[in-house]
Amino acid sequence: MKDVIRLAHGAGGKTMNDLIREVFATPLDNRYLRQMADSAVVEPEHRNPRFAISTDSYTVRPLIFPGGDIGSLAVHGTVNDVAMSGARPLWLTASFILEEGLSIATLKHVVQSMAEAAQEAGVQIVAGDTKVVERGHGDGMYINTAGVGVVPEGVMIGPDRAQPGDVVLLSGTIGDHGIAVLSKREGLAFETDLLSDSAALNGLVESLLSAAPLVHCLRDPTRGGLAAALNELAETSRVGIEIEEGRIPVRPAVAAACEMMGFDPLTVANEGKMVVIVPPQEAQAAVEALHAHPLGQNAARIGFVTDDHPGLVLARTGIGGRRVVDMPLGELLPRIC
Amino acid sequence: MTLTERFRDPEAARVVVDRIRARSNRPVRLMEFCGGHTHAILRFGIPSLLPDTVDLRSGPGCPLCVTSAEDLDHAIALAEVPDVILTTFGDMIRVPGSRTSLADAKANGADVRVVYSPLDALQTARQNPHRPVVFLGVGFETTAPMVASAVLTADAEGLDNFFVFSTHKLTPPATVAILNAGEVALDGIIGPGHVTTVIGSDAWRFLPDEYAIPCAIAGFEPLDLLRAILALVQMAEDEDPTISNTYARSVRAEGNPAARQAIDQVFAVAAAEWRGLGTVPRSGLQVREVFRRFDARYVFSAAPPPSLRPSGCRCGEVLRGVLSPPECPLFGNACTPRNPVGPCMVSAEGACAAYHQYRGWPS
Ligand code: SF4
Repeated sequence: MKDVIRLAHGAGGKTMNDLIREVFATPLDNRYLRQMADSAVVEPEHRNPRFAISTDSYTVRPLIFPGGDIGSLAVHGTVNDVAMSGARPLWLTASFILEEGLSIATLKHVVQSMAEAAQEAGVQIVAGDTKVVERGHGDGMYINTAGVGVVPEGVMIGPDRAQPGDVVLLSGTIGDHGIAVLSKREGLAFETDLLSDSAALNGLVESLLSAAPLVHCLRDPTRGGLAAALNELAETSRVGIEIEEGRIPVRPAVAAACEMMGFDPLTVANEGKMVVIVPPQEAQAAVEALHAHPLGQNAARIGFVTDDHPGLVLARTGIGGRRVVDMPLGELLPRIC
Repeated sequence: MTLTERFRDPEAARVVVDRIRARSNRPVRLMEFCGGHTHAILRFGIPSLLPDTVDLRSGPGCPLCVTSAEDLDHAIALAEVPDVILTTFGDMIRVPGSRTSLADAKANGADVRVVYSPLDALQTARQNPHRPVVFLGVGFETTAPMVASAVLTADAEGLDNFFVFSTHKLTPPATVAILNAGEVALDGIIGPGHVTTVIGSDAWRFLPDEYAIPCAIAGFEPLDLLRAILALVQMAEDEDPTISNTYARSVRAEGNPAARQAIDQVFAVAAAEWRGLGTVPRSGLQVREVFRRFDARYVFSAAPPPSLRPSGCRCGEVLRGVLSPPECPLFGNACTPRNPVGPCMVSAEGACAAYHQYRGWPS
């Protein structure tokens, strides 16, 4: 049997990380790529300013979902990846791969929403490209965006910087995006007034860093959800993480949908949330700064970093049980039993 | 407090756990039939709350896991028939047959599509009138009514390119097979919540009546499961087996007659081949003769080569409750969710996957 790409290779879990390690990391290796961060921080000839660079491709079905569309998502996602280095995002590029037959009205809607999202986030889209592929060769439209931002002096944020004793914060409710999108998938459609949380986090990061400049790590828990984000941080920093599930904010509609389909909310995607790992002396200031911002009102302290069990994420469950939080494996599929 | 929160209240959970601890003296081994229960039990860390006297075993209630390698090989062969669109519930595509999986077939060019409901498969058939669309029907009494109603709709619309490959199975006969085999002594059974919404809690009467084993029907929230465990511990202590329905917000004694009638109209009860249990009499659903033109087993002649036996995998024993997943020598070493050897490590409802994904804290 030939070894070929499967859907799980793109689902943000263990399978995808293995692919990155086995296929991309070695031939493309350099010290920036090795950071394994949401965005790479590069220093031109070791002088300031340092830049954060990131790129991401967006494939979402349906193209327009409650609370956003592929256009706003493509702006928010890349702005957030850049912001997760503590950088101020400035410029984006955008490439469109359009499928023959896509309606111009849909495309206009998406581009308009990109423009609005960019304006709101304070970034400019400064270069672009368009390709058209034959009918049947693309899901209507794919968008790739790349982003560049400037890292303020003194900010040192990276996925390898978590220290034992640090506090783990979460900026708000989890699972909103994944469940909102799923609720509109053909064949699974269920009634909910849930909206995707898709949002640009650079403003929130700025407020956070002015109150807590010593933040060690930022990560936006997109595909693979909070479980994947925490596992990546634990692994890259070689530390253990312990969380209290009872402290993790989850909307009732998300909890109910997860219950119905057998999902663990910890593995459902978010597009406007972040995990913050901060030294204990700044934890309180960080929580207050998050609470003061509209995107951080539901922020919570969810756990701590420890030197026990490096690489492992452990949870105390809502009812007091104890379990490991593993890296999710692949796509989320509803249970049938 | 929302409905879900009400069943996750840590205080309420502590009260039930304390009562289990207070009541439980003699060691009991309880089987949760349903794979969804296994996952919920481990996800909420329930074993870490229970006294040593209570041993939980998972049963054969993972629909994909119990699908026989023969049926899966057959479905893969169907997917490889030119022009066929094979539609199935999500996880099925990753389950290994004896040689390959549907995911392999798909990655190599077969048109295999994941759907969330048989009604999507019906829609695919309407949109592709010149291609045969086969729905791989897996699952127990919960999914069978949806598949039955898809067949009835296809019949009413005169669709001639929609087919069902039924591997549907019935849960009470599988339970009987496990009990009759006598390999594992059970002191109580946690009855499957969703299945019992359809078949009714009366369908489990035979457990207390003929086998003197108590049965508690449970939902999927942590408190549902803890209450079911408490009910079973009490009945075992009192030696007073009966049926306890701790999921009364969904389950009635008589079940859902409309769903049962749809099943009965389209399917006839027949012997079925289970992975792990072998051939179990009157435990499967085959498409009735009047609907034969929708029966993929009858219409297509794709004959797969004889199935091979996977080596070293002890899924059969796991599905019979004889072995707890971590007792399999391959568990966590040669067999992980990333590189699964058997179906119990693949399916979202498989016991090995649940024990691996939500393992307890290292000591
Ligand atoms: S751990 Fe793997 S090999 Fe062992 S029984 Fe489970 S699926 Fe089979």
